[in-house]
Amino acid sequence: MRRLLALFLAPLLMAQADAPKLVPDASQREIEIAYSFTGADLLLFGAILYPDARAAERPADIVVVVKGPSQSVLMREKQKVAGIWVNADSMRYRSAPSFYAIASSRPVERIVDARTRAIYELGLDSLQLSPIGSEPQTVQDRFVRGLVEMRRRSGLFVEAPGAVEITGGVLYRARIAIPARVPVGRFTAETFLIRDGRVLAAAVRDIEIRKSGFERFVAAAAQNHAIVYGLIAVFVSVAFGWGAGALGRRF
Amino acid sequence: MDLYLPIANLSVNALVIVALGFGVGWLSGMFGVGGGFLTTPLLIFYGIPPTVAAASAASQVTGASVSGVFAHARRKGVDYHMGGVMVAGGIVGSLIGAWLFEFLRARGLIDTVISILYVFMLGSIGGLMLKESLGAVRAGRRGQQVAAARRRHHPLVAALPFRWRFYRSGLYISPLAPLILGLVTGILTMLLGVGGGFFMVPAMIYLLGMGTAVVVGTSLFQILFTTAAATMVHATTTRAVDIVLAVLLLLGSVAGAQLGTRFAARLKPEQLRLALALIVLAVAIRMALGLGWRPGELYSVEIG
Repeated sequence: MRRLLALFLAPLLMAQADAPKLVPDASQREIEIAYSFTGADLLLFGAILYPDARAAERPADIVVVVKGPSQSVLMREKQKVAGIWVNADSMRYRSAPSFYAIASSRPVERIVDARTRAIYELGLDSLQLSPIGSEPQTVQDRFVRGLVEMRRRSGLFVEAPGAVEITGGVLYRARIAIPARVPVGRFTAETFLIRDGRVLAAAVRDIEIRKSGFERFVAAAAQNHAIVYGLIAVFVSVAFGWGAGALGRRF
Repeated sequence: MDLYLPIANLSVNALVIVALGFGVGWLSGMFGVGGGFLTTPLLIFYGIPPTVAAASAASQVTGASVSGVFAHARRKGVDYHMGGVMVAGGIVGSLIGAWLFEFLRARGLIDTVISILYVFMLGSIGGLMLKESLGAVRAGRRGQQVAAARRRHHPLVAALPFRWRFYRSGLYISPLAPLILGLVTGILTMLLGVGGGFFMVPAMIYLLGMGTAVVVGTSLFQILFTTAAATMVHATTTRAVDIVLAVLLLLGSVAGAQLGTRFAARLKPEQLRLALALIVLAVAIRMALGLGWRPGELYSVEIG
């Protein structure tokens, strides 16, 4: 039995040994949001290990995707009703990435075909958002375009073709800007090595984004100790008003 | 100077927010209004999420009203009895407002309702003030004295049962009238982040017929407690009170209010009312246009 299994596995393992490997790393494994946080520059870099040194001579492409924690979101669309713009249609998605940035060594449409892009979610037009409900395809497309456009404008969805630099066919690096209004949570940085439209290797790294120090304290207090937080907010405003009044009378 | 707001989850230029607070505080010191009706829309124009803007503006109004309450209390210009009844109504109103807020938010209508309420309230009050102050300015030019309207309460108020005596206001009316006024203000405070002074002061004069000596002090007293209650309700329900944003606004507004009060002493009251009427109308017109113009962003995303 074991021999039989080994027989089946052998070609797979051999293929595995033949395949190139990726060793990815990031400039920061943790991004801390403090009072002066205005966004961060994430440097994603690494090495491509080819078991056969000559293989490196044939150029391959690198695609780096950074994804934020996925959210279930409700999208609303404004329409003009009786002269004013109000929210009318809505669409719910079970898993929309809160942040999505893709950097590649060439435009991703030229690296892989649409099917592969959909499988690996490469590119803003290939996101799998899992909508809830059975709206016609045209409506679905309109909403997806709306979501992508909106997040792209606020810097939460980024496409950077040509942002990956490959040195000597074995070292790669990409810089991705994380905007200030980024959500907190566990981010993943996926790296793909692609040649001839086939994904040869993939590797994932986690990056944690969280509020630190005072910011974390305030956010946690507002969430977990709402009454005390409210009382402090009221006390602070009364103290400010009273203090200014007392100072104002002196002058 | 960029500063990250921990609840709004974005970074803002602290100086812009302090300057905004200063401007609003200056106006509020000058005109004796809380200024919430300016803070909330301005914060929204700046890009702060509407819920956070309304929740944090309420605490700025609390701060702005405190020194005014002390000043009026020293002059015996606060009717605590009347104010207490209004605060009771205000607390019930902010709870109703919280329910209404959640009801509208779940249907995606909260932003539209906020804008429509602003347009109607500011438009009608601004229009009335403009008419009244223009008349006063013209009469002043001709050197006439405008006869003060005879003080009396509205027939509807007189019809309400169980009358109480409110000594400082010089009134013998049913406590239901101020209770209902407080309730309406509480709802407005919760929805719009305003103190409601611009609505309360005319109502106290023209509906209840209160003596003008205690109107402003009592209105500030009521605003102080109603906005404090609204801050508490927001902190426990929407959890959208951003204390960093509130402190920035307070820094500017308390300083502005002190200067505004001094500046106001040099102007004629009818000119002040005319200027306030124009500002109120400008905000209303901007809001009305915003409803009709095609918005830059047709889509909005709600998480969860």
